[in-house]
Amino acid sequence: MKTYEQINDRIASGKAVVLTADEIMDYVDKKGLQAAAQEVDVVTTATFGPMCSSGCFLNFGHSKPKIRMSEAWVADVLVYTGLAAVDVYLGCTQLRHGDPANMYPPGEFRYGGGHVMEDLVSGKTLQLFALSYGTDCYPLREIRTYFSIDDLNQAIMVNPRNCYQNYNVAINRSDRTIHTYMGKLEPHQKNGNYCSAGQLSPLLNDPYYETIGVGTRVWLAGAHGHVYAEGTQHAGGGARTPDGVPMGGAGTLALTGDMKQMKKEFVRGVSFIGYGVSLALGIGIPIPILNEEVLRRACVRDRDILAPVVDYGVDYPQNTGNVIGHVSYEQLRTGQIQVEGKAIEVGSLSSYPKALEVANLLADEIRRGDFQLAAPMAPLRKDAKMKPLVMREKPR
Amino acid sequence: MNDDSVTKKLMFYFPKCVCDKPIIYHLVKDYHLIVNIYRAKVTPEEEGYLVLDVTGTEEAIQDAIDFVKTFDVTVNYSGKGVVRDEERCSHCGYCVPYCPPGALKIEDRATRKVAYNESECIECLACIRICPFGACTSAF
Repeated sequence: MKTYEQINDRIASGKAVVLTADEIMDYVDKKGLQAAAQEVDVVTTATFGPMCSSGCFLNFGHSKPKIRMSEAWVADVLVYTGLAAVDVYLGCTQLRHGDPANMYPPGEFRYGGGHVMEDLVSGKTLQLFALSYGTDCYPLREIRTYFSIDDLNQAIMVNPRNCYQNYNVAINRSDRTIHTYMGKLEPHQKNGNYCSAGQLSPLLNDPYYETIGVGTRVWLAGAHGHVYAEGTQHAGGGARTPDGVPMGGAGTLALTGDMKQMKKEFVRGVSFIGYGVSLALGIGIPIPILNEEVLRRACVRDRDILAPVVDYGVDYPQNTGNVIGHVSYEQLRTGQIQVEGKAIEVGSLSSYPKALEVANLLADEIRRGDFQLAAPMAPLRKDAKMKPLVMREKPR
Repeated sequence: MNDDSVTKKLMFYFPKCVCDKPIIYHLVKDYHLIVNIYRAKVTPEEEGYLVLDVTGTEEAIQDAIDFVKTFDVTVNYSGKGVVRDEERCSHCGYCVPYCPPGALKIEDRATRKVAYNESECIECLACIRICPFGACTSAF
């Protein structure tokens, strides 16, 4: 048994033993669970993939004369201005003004909110254009200027939903090609896509949220951020394997961090033809090895994790809830899965090599004593269920 | 075909199209080359290009290239019609099932990095449209 304080003391003295979630299984197999639990202080987990519920708050400071922005665009991408005078929220799935979207399908969606975030972190100069109705205290009615992240007072990433615990494998059983946030899916289940770091993914290594909770310090694209709430659509109460690994989406995390501290390689705008834009993010979360049970769960392997196969031709868009079956990440990693006797070629939207890079960067920071762990202030709910949106004809 | 025949990937670039000259015909007829065209844009009064494999003896290929150069044509031997930007590639592997010849593939199951073997690329351009990170681009 170890405490957060003991582990942080060892980190501070540069003596912490840190392994990645990719390395820990073989280490435990060799050393045995009991000995390994005493030796190892931290296991680093990570993920890198598109996470659509990401965005950032920006504060521009005041112009002379002042403006209360009522509509604003950064690099021609609309930002939300229903806040104080010069605060805005930029969402990563927002399209650029004038983007034809899917008018001539499939649209290309070359630039949008996610790309603006990447450009911000890269230090590029961007245009701000804002309008206002004008007030006695904020008389300016229009502004067009150019800025980079260094000019901003704050650029705080605030992502209501990141790090899905597990995720669907998307296939298409309809008779036409479809374009989804899970990529291009050929008809008659010719191909499939999945999106998880599997055995390296944070919440799959802590399936019951024993160490990851509200207040946990995380590595968010290079910045030291934290979990500020349970993620939207957090649903820890779904079906689990006998080992406790969720067999569907399940838990999610709401994360925040200072964009000025982020690394551009881990904040990447992405374009999905026929669907839209998003942001791919690199996230690392340390798991303190408090006891043998925590370590045992952090030893989860791809073969122990099952992902639901879902038809995005009909079942996903029509919200039928139907799951065709489950396949393991071990199978997915081979590039081919078997669904009802038929072989389907599969690709990944989540990058394992990038996730591994994050897990190693975080492990190095902890070993150097540069990253201290924070104990959760409140746990994530284990019994939460996801509610649908009821379509009512009149008020209740 | 001789045993000493080799296959080379070539790119012909036409600053302004020489549409009236049956260049490919001469490659086949006069230099006995086997020609496999991947990509071509040949429009009068516009810039054009041709990406192709030629198979024949080293000597015949060199003679054919010398012949092509007698026209206003730039010959590029690099064969890089589709370029993968290492910095932009996140190695997610999403492109792999969409690449018909398997030029993009995960070679090492341990690192799971996506390798791009240019010589196997048939320039279908599927990766360019599909890559969410815009890592693949076309030379034309």
